[in-house]
Amino acid sequence: MLRKFFKSLFSHSFLIFMTIISIGPFLWLISTALKSKNENIFAYPPQFIPQHITLENFIGAWQQVPFMGYIINSTIVTVLTIVLNLLFASLAAYPLVRMEFNGRGGCFFATLATVMVPCQVIMIPLYLLTLRLNLVDSYGAVAGFAGMILPFGVSAFGILLMRQAFMAIPKELEEAAIIDGCNVFQIWWKVLMPLVKPSLATLAIFTFVGCWGEFLWPSIVLTKQEMFTLPVGLNYLQGFFSSNWRFISAGAIISTIPILIFFLALQKHFVGGQTQGAVKG
Amino acid sequence: MLDYSNDIYNPDFVGITNYITLFHSSIFWKTMWNTVIYLVVAVPLLVILPLIIAIVINQKLRGITFYRVSIYLPVVVSIVVAGIAWKWLYADSGILNYFVTLLGFDKIGWLTDPKYSLYSVILVTVWKGLGYYMMIYLAALTSVPTDLYEAADIDGANLLQKHLTVTIPHLLPAIALVSIISSISAMKVFVEIYVMTQGGPLNSSMTVVYYIYQKAFENLDLGYASACGVVLMVIIMAISVLNIKKIEGGKFSA
Repeated sequence: MLRKFFKSLFSHSFLIFMTIISIGPFLWLISTALKSKNENIFAYPPQFIPQHITLENFIGAWQQVPFMGYIINSTIVTVLTIVLNLLFASLAAYPLVRMEFNGRGGCFFATLATVMVPCQVIMIPLYLLTLRLNLVDSYGAVAGFAGMILPFGVSAFGILLMRQAFMAIPKELEEAAIIDGCNVFQIWWKVLMPLVKPSLATLAIFTFVGCWGEFLWPSIVLTKQEMFTLPVGLNYLQGFFSSNWRFISAGAIISTIPILIFFLALQKHFVGGQTQGAVKG
Repeated sequence: MLDYSNDIYNPDFVGITNYITLFHSSIFWKTMWNTVIYLVVAVPLLVILPLIIAIVINQKLRGITFYRVSIYLPVVVSIVVAGIAWKWLYADSGILNYFVTLLGFDKIGWLTDPKYSLYSVILVTVWKGLGYYMMIYLAALTSVPTDLYEAADIDGANLLQKHLTVTIPHLLPAIALVSIISSISAMKVFVEIYVMTQGGPLNSSMTVVYYIYQKAFENLDLGYASACGVVLMVIIMAISVLNIKKIEGGKFSA
């Protein structure tokens, strides 16, 4: 009994410690953002709970930086990237699993190999290609969005994930569909796609998180402020408010709210989704 | 093998000049060394810490969902936000220095002292990865047969022995997976550095990837940066192939 008690005491203290480490930086950010102008944010010892809670920093940051525009841009980029990923990954994975054609193995390994190439290495040729195709924001908003979205329209990870999902579906279903007179495209769309919905959801979530936080590529291709996505805008804000940490913290929190809502609402899927595609031990 | 300095659309062919300059550049070797430190420090931490967390969290405890969600939270939040949050913790008269002075030491220039800046950035990378790797381990833990623990109980094994003899051997594939993913991603760190130190001070926190970025998109020396990128790619591929070989070897022996 006593041993059990100590075991759970230890577990709890360890986990509470880890929790503080994990969310502490954010709590400190929130605390800073809620402090009014009259309060010293560098006070020694630090004031963990603000004396006079105020929203003035949030209002100030919101008024000086076009957050709404950033959020809209991020949303457009993220939604379209997710749609393209779901479409292309499942279209590419289906033949890899179910069609016999010459070079299938080669195609699969070529896809697999791209996982190993670091994205920063591809950035340079990708940037030159985007410049040549005029897909940068100096050619208008549509070109700018296309330049941001198209390079991430499909990922090897997505193809591999969908490939696993399709492999799990029994062949008999397809045979039945063929007898019922379905063509290949109908099999894919009407029979298989509804069955792989969980994997599609996982892929959508992964793409969402990756895309919403993507910083490097947008910061390379974007030149116009009104095209900025949230991470790029946030980094810009950091310089803009130089060392006004109240405003910087407020801005950082504002930009986190959308993903936080998304995460807490779909918390179960996040946790479950992680297990798919990972090696089972 | 191209020089973009005259015209970005019509580069000149310059042979292997870029590679020669690269291998003679002291900054390149400095960034290489920094990347090695990044690997050596971050990867073991990212392999071991999440494993411990996963084992502890894989119990029936009150508030377990809260712990899971909290520890996973840094993974979801944008790395730019994380960088800002940590920059604020690392501030000269910030909260971490308060604890440091509380313990009786002098203030540390976390991000401004060339001695510490790289390690400060590594700490953020590790912090942000804990939750992700914890989830991979948790997924693998579900497949460890519980009757093995009961058998170990009957044999009179204590808690530590149980985990060393039952859990760890079952998790070997997951451990291998985590070490591959974390070493590849440690070689690719960029945003943390960009947001917090910009590679400084004195290039002390500059890694190869950041160097590529700086050369390509700040100095617009695309040819030179590409040469650097090719070198990095070769290294990453070599590591991946080695790792994959090792895992396959491990599978046969297991």
